[in-house]
Amino acid sequence: MAVAIAAARVWWPNRGLSQAALLLLWRPGARGLARSHPHRQQQQFSSLDDKPQFPGASAEFIDKLEFIQPNVISGIPIYRVMDRQGQIINPSEDPHLPKEKVLKLYKSMTLLNTMDRILYESQRQGRISFYMTNYGEEGTHVGSAAALDNTDLVFGQYREAGVLMYRDYPLELFMAQCYGNISDLGKGRQMPVHYGCKERHFVTISSPLATQIPQAVGAAYAAKRANANRVVICYFGEGAASEGDAHAGFNFAATLECPIIFFCRNNGYAISTPTSEQYRGDGIAARGPGYGIMSIRVDGNDVFAVYNATKEARRRAVAENQPFLIEAMTYRIGHHSTSDDSSAYRSVDEVNYWDKQDHPISRLRHYLLSQGWWDEEQEKAWRKQSRKKVMEAFEQAERKPKPNPNLLFSDVYQEMPAQLRKQQESLARHLQTYGEHYPLEHFDK
Amino acid sequence: MAAVSGLVRRPLREVTVRDAINQGMDEELERDEKVFLLGEEVAQYDGAYKVSRGLWKKYGDKRIIDTPISEMGFAGIAVGAAMAGLRPICEFMTFNFSMQAIDQVINSAAKTYYMSGGLQPVPIVFRGPNGASAGVAAQHSQCFAAWYGHCPGLKVVSPWNSEDAKGLIKSAIRDNNPVVVLENELMYGVPFEFPPEAQSKDFLIPIGKAKIERQGTHITVVSHSRPVGHCLEAAAVLSKEGVECEVINMRTIRPMDMETIEASVVKTNHLVTVEGGWPQFGVGAEICARIMEGISKKLVLEYSQAVVNIMYLNTYRIKRLKARSGQTTTLNLSCVQFPGCSCCSCHWC
Repeated sequence: MAVAIAAARVWWPNRGLSQAALLLLWRPGARGLARSHPHRQQQQFSSLDDKPQFPGASAEFIDKLEFIQPNVISGIPIYRVMDRQGQIINPSEDPHLPKEKVLKLYKSMTLLNTMDRILYESQRQGRISFYMTNYGEEGTHVGSAAALDNTDLVFGQYREAGVLMYRDYPLELFMAQCYGNISDLGKGRQMPVHYGCKERHFVTISSPLATQIPQAVGAAYAAKRANANRVVICYFGEGAASEGDAHAGFNFAATLECPIIFFCRNNGYAISTPTSEQYRGDGIAARGPGYGIMSIRVDGNDVFAVYNATKEARRRAVAENQPFLIEAMTYRIGHHSTSDDSSAYRSVDEVNYWDKQDHPISRLRHYLLSQGWWDEEQEKAWRKQSRKKVMEAFEQAERKPKPNPNLLFSDVYQEMPAQLRKQQESLARHLQTYGEHYPLEHFDK
Repeated sequence: MAAVSGLVRRPLREVTVRDAINQGMDEELERDEKVFLLGEEVAQYDGAYKVSRGLWKKYGDKRIIDTPISEMGFAGIAVGAAMAGLRPICEFMTFNFSMQAIDQVINSAAKTYYMSGGLQPVPIVFRGPNGASAGVAAQHSQCFAAWYGHCPGLKVVSPWNSEDAKGLIKSAIRDNNPVVVLENELMYGVPFEFPPEAQSKDFLIPIGKAKIERQGTHITVVSHSRPVGHCLEAAAVLSKEGVECEVINMRTIRPMDMETIEASVVKTNHLVTVEGGWPQFGVGAEICARIMEGISKKLVLEYSQAVVNIMYLNTYRIKRLKARSGQTTTLNLSCVQFPGCSCCSCHWC
C-alpha cells in the first residue's frame, strides 16, 4: 500500500491521489464498518488540505517544539468502590452483589490465606520443597475470577492461586501439587504452586516470566476465530511486564483484535527490585494506550473495584474483540517465596501498614459486617473450620505416596518413542536388582 | 581473601564455590574499573544465590547494577557495553532464562568479532547457575553446555570446585572473547580446600585445559561441573574392587581439551563420559565422536567382534555402576558393561 502511494506521488506529484488509490487505504475492520477504534480509520485524502497524510499516525500538525512530559507525579487515577474501611464511596458504583457471592469472595480469600500459612510453614519444616504465598493480593484474584465465566481461560504467572480457589479447586489438589503426590494432576513434575487444571480452564503455570502473555493472546485469537463467546485473562506482575514478551503480547493483542484481559498485579516488588527500579513511567496502565489498548488502573485491595473493572472489560472484550488492560495496584505482604527474606530490603513498618490498614480481606469483612451478613461468631467459626479443612487436606497429602517412577518417561511426546520405552524398562530392571538403595516405599507401586 | 566483606569464617584454606566466585569477581572489579556486573537482584540483594554478596556495598551502583526483568534486555545492554569498551559480567539467574536472551549471546556476542572482520570485539562474560538443582522441575534444570559449546566465537567453561570457580571466572573476565561460565547452584555452598596459589589475586586457570583429578590405569572417566564429584566418589568405590579410574575434570567445554582425554584413553582403553545434560548431541556425544574419529584410527582393532561401544550415563547413575574390567588388550577399545544402565540414545547397544 505504501508502495502504491509512493508510486502515485511520482506519477501525479501535484494532483494527490485518485479515488482508486483512496480505496486502497480504507480498510474495513473485522467488525465491518463499526468503529470503536477511531485511529483505524484512515484519513480521506484531499490534496488541497494542509493536513498530515502519514500512514503511521492520525494527528494534527503543531508548530511549537514541545516534548510530551511523562506524568508520573499525577498518574492514571486508581478506581475504587470501597474505602479502606469497606464503605461504599459512590453508591452508583456498588455492584450490589448478592450475599452468597460476597460470602464466597470472602471465604475464598480467607481459605487461601489459611492455606498459605500452613503450606509456607510446611516448607520451613522441610515437608515441601518450595512455596509462594499470596498475602495481600487475594483481592485481585477473587475479584477478577468472580467477574468471569467459569469457562474463561486463565493464564497465570504464579501468584494467582485465589482464582483457582474461587473456582472451587479442592484443597486436596492444591496440596497434591505442592507435595507432588499421586493425586497431583501434574504427576509431580513441577515445583510447588505451579498449578494447572484443565477442568477449571486454568493453564498450568510455567516458570519463565511473561511467557504466558503472548500465549494468552494466541489463545484469545483462537477463541475469537471459534466465536466462542469466551475471554482469556492473563495475569502477570509489574516486574514480568518488563520482559520483551509483554511488549509483544500487548502489541499483538491490539493488532489482532483479541478478546483478552491483561491483568497486571502491581504489588510494588519483583523479589527485591522495587517499582522505582523496574520502570520509570506511570506503571503498567500507562503503557496500554501506547498499544491502542483500553486501560484502567484499579485499587487491587478493593474486591468490588476489581470485580467491576473485570466485569466491564470482559463484556466489551468479547463483544468488541479488543484487549483490555487492568492494572491492579496492591502490595506483596509476604516474601517473594520461601527462598526470600524480604526484611533484607524493606521495613517491617511498611509491611505492617498494608497488613493492618489496607488489606483486601479486612476491607471486605468490614463491608460484610456493615451489611449485617457476617459477625464475630461466624468469623470465629469460619476460622476454625477453614483451618480444620486445610489441616485435614494437609495431613492426607503428607501420607500419600509419590507417583510411580514409571511416570518419569511418559508425556514427553504424545506417543512414547522406543528409546524411552527401553529406558523405562531398563529402570524397572535396575530397581528390581538395586531397589533397596532407593526410597521406594515413598513411591506408588 | 579478606578483600570481600562478610567472607567465610572458616579456616583460611577452605572456601566454598560461592565465595570463590565472589572473590574472583571482587578481585577483577578491583583490578580493572571497566569490569562491572549486571543482572537481576545482583546489587543490594547480594544476588539471587548470594554469589555477589558484598559487592554492591563495596563498589556501588555504577559497578553493580540491578536490572529490570528482561534477560533479552540486559544481555543486549551488556553486549552493547562490551562493544563500547567496557567489560561486563552479565548474570543470568539461571541459564534456563538465558534462552530468552540467546539471540544476544549467539548472534551478537559470539559472532560479532568475526562478522565485523575483527573490528568489534565483545569482551563479555555470561555467568550463572547451570544444570539441575534440587526439585526445581524441568524449566530450571537444563544443562546448556552442549548448546553454548556448539557455537564458534564463544568460549564455554564449567567449573567444578572452588579452585576451578575462582581461576576460571578470573580468566573469563580477562579474556577478550565472549565467555560463558556455567556454574552450578548445588555446588555454591560446597567448601573445598583452597591451595595456596589460588589465594593469589593473579590466580588464573587457563581456559581450554582439563585437569586430571585422579590418576588411574583401568578406565578414563570424563566429566564437568558437579558430576565430577560423583565420578570421584564412584572411583573411590571402584578402587576397592580393584578398578582404578582416571577422572578427568574438563573445566572447559569449548575449546575442549581433547589431548588430555585422548592421552588418557590411549593409556586405559576404556572411556565413560558423565554429564548432567541430555545425551543426544551432548558433551559426551562429542567426546565419543572425536575419540572415534581420532585415536581409534590409530589403534589396531584386534578382534573382529570388537564392539566399540562408548556409553555414557546420566549423572545420577554413576554411583550404582560396577565395572567388569580386564577384558581386552591395550589395543582395543571396548565397552564397559553396567548392569541396568540407562544409556539413552547410543544406538549400538
